[in-house]
Amino acid sequence: MLKLIFRNAFRHKLRTCLTILGITIAILAFGILRTLVNAWYSGVEASSSARLITRNAISLVFSLPLAYKEKIRGIPGVKNVSYAIWFNGTYISEKNFIPNFAIDPKTFLELYPEYTLPEDQKAAFFRDRMAAIAGRKVAERFSWKIGDTIPLKGTNFPGTWNFILRGIYHGAEKSTDETQLFFHWDYLNESLKKTAPNRADQVGIYIIGITNPNLAPEVSEAVDKTFKNSLAETMTETEKAFQLSFVSMTEAIVTVIQLVSFMVIIIIIAVVANTMVMTARERIGEYAIMKTLGFGGWHLAILIFGESLFITMVGCTLGILLTFPSAKIFGAKIGAYFPVFHVSANTIFLDIGAALLVSLIAAIFPTWHAVKIRVAEGLRRIG
Amino acid sequence: MGIPVSYSLRNLSTRRLTTTLTTSGMALVAFVFATTLMLAEGLRKTLVNTGSYDNGIVLRRASNSEIQSGIDRYQASVVETQPEIAIGENGQRLVAKEMVVIINLQKRGSEKPSNVTIRGISNQSLLLRQQIKLVKGRMPKMGSSEIAVGESIARRFKGCDIGEKLYFGMRNWTIVGIFSAGNTGFSSEIWGDTDQFMQAFRRPVYSSITFKLRDYSEFHKLKERIGNDPRLTLEAKREVKYYADQSELMTKFLSILGLSLTAIFSIGAMIGATITMYAAVANRTSEIGTLRALGFQRMSILVAFLMESMLMSFIGGSLGLFFASFMQFLTISTLNWQTFSELAFSFTLTMEIAYKSIIFSLIMGFIGGVLPAYRASKMNIVEALRAR
Repeated sequence: MLKLIFRNAFRHKLRTCLTILGITIAILAFGILRTLVNAWYSGVEASSSARLITRNAISLVFSLPLAYKEKIRGIPGVKNVSYAIWFNGTYISEKNFIPNFAIDPKTFLELYPEYTLPEDQKAAFFRDRMAAIAGRKVAERFSWKIGDTIPLKGTNFPGTWNFILRGIYHGAEKSTDETQLFFHWDYLNESLKKTAPNRADQVGIYIIGITNPNLAPEVSEAVDKTFKNSLAETMTETEKAFQLSFVSMTEAIVTVIQLVSFMVIIIIIAVVANTMVMTARERIGEYAIMKTLGFGGWHLAILIFGESLFITMVGCTLGILLTFPSAKIFGAKIGAYFPVFHVSANTIFLDIGAALLVSLIAAIFPTWHAVKIRVAEGLRRIG
Repeated sequence: MGIPVSYSLRNLSTRRLTTTLTTSGMALVAFVFATTLMLAEGLRKTLVNTGSYDNGIVLRRASNSEIQSGIDRYQASVVETQPEIAIGENGQRLVAKEMVVIINLQKRGSEKPSNVTIRGISNQSLLLRQQIKLVKGRMPKMGSSEIAVGESIARRFKGCDIGEKLYFGMRNWTIVGIFSAGNTGFSSEIWGDTDQFMQAFRRPVYSSITFKLRDYSEFHKLKERIGNDPRLTLEAKREVKYYADQSELMTKFLSILGLSLTAIFSIGAMIGATITMYAAVANRTSEIGTLRALGFQRMSILVAFLMESMLMSFIGGSLGLFFASFMQFLTISTLNWQTFSELAFSFTLTMEIAYKSIIFSLIMGFIGGVLPAYRASKMNIVEALRAR
């Protein structure tokens, strides 16, 4: 039976090869699109439930006073507090987008153990006020070496700022963002004190480490209550929720991509179904002969389904194999927008599931046709 | 003498299922092709229409959007007195010193907070933007806690209807009007008095200064003067260019995504067409032989089969376009990465997109059909007639 399926599949070499090619491309596209959607949520994936983010209640554009730090630290359930400012400087030109933040080095690296730095680099980063650390990916992209000077052109904070690269961090996990650059908040603040005193001693967000993730709602509420009715009211949420709020604003695009990835599947169904219908049409006579010989409808069904399954699975395997190198190329091309771009196991399972679905749907119609055919009528077609 | 077109047409209707499958594949591709173009076009239109051709805008140097910019009152007064700026009917200079901040509001239905742009306006703001029309109520009075909201805000956000109050900047603001700004970014904004907002947000700087030029061609003079003035840290841009720059990233992203998707899809559809056409040729070998024996040229056979494939793709393309045209009723809202605020835009179908989609489908049909058609025309007459 298997042999028959295999031989049948390659009776029409060109058509089968074209169909397989079509499936390969579609599965490849499907895989890449799924990966793109995953990349969208990578920030959410990487966030920890033991961290809270406090920002100005009006919106992220507004800052919070530095004085809040000690007040937050005094709230029960808070382990440690760090702060950061979205600096948003551009490196050479706007094309080279690097997320860059002014941070409080010691507390920040305590809160983010997933950014791993060699001890000597860490120490050097702490010591030097002009120091910066950058992620592995971004350092590779611009081939930065330790000790290089990195000029950033300020957008939110006018002027050109020079930093000295003192460390290159690696992500402890696959989902860790390795494209960012961090430098001393003090360095920024000193300069602001001179040039724009009303913008000094301000931070963008507070990052709060809590003793126990289950305390998140209570701690968030306590923080927000502390600053209620002040000039800068706060809004505290878990890091996951904070990241999700960014994603949800661009949800429309994600939805479009998801819709399209299903459309890809529909198109392959059309192509494979087309092939199977033709195959069945050509072999009506054969089916009739097989029926005369006493093969039941089941046998025919298995034959047709088997062939459909065989063709789609070959295409699917090829597609999955090709997904990995193309995801690499793709990731390199759009690495600036999506720090994390890797194919997850989940995507592979979805690929296989989609291929199974396609092969089944495509085979239904011809099978029904073949099983129903009356022997005499089928035989008439044989000359 | 060619083979009549009706031959190709009737061939399509003989194998209905296969034709339907292939055509629907083509239709899907044309649909995707058209909708992605429509999306990019809609976005571009929304952002470019936001600017007027003879308006200029001044921002702090190196800031890419109004949000990042800051202009103090002293610098603003220097800009205000530039001679190239037009004078209005009542003798006032047509300059709007505005501040822009972003706040979070909850969307209707999903309760999710999203970023909304708040624009503090001055008396001239409306004069500078001809596309703004009041839909309901009136514009806010200067010096009061009144605001007007853009149409798409009123529709999509909670508590943003006329007569309702919004709370931000530690104050309640009454919505006294809803304005429509056509297909522009202003529809996603909330407007009120600049000085009131500056107080409320404790942000004593303007974000941008928009002005109307006395004469369209004098812009470069003003740009140079503002750029070289040692007192100023500002730069001037034409408003149209400024808004086009704002959408660059998004448009680029959408078109890259759209084009790569279309490329992948079209390969699938072309393969489908090729398979179908090969089968058509194989099934009709004796027919082709007969035609050749009757004296039809190889060329006419080739044309007849190509016709068939192109007809199929034409039907598919038209279907795809037909369904794509319904997408115009949809509005998509997303975050503009460059300004950090919510932006709503809709799919826009233009004639250009329509004919591009049809041409694109025809090309697909041609590529899909050319090999099988060539094969059909190359057949040996005697052998073809022998085939059953």
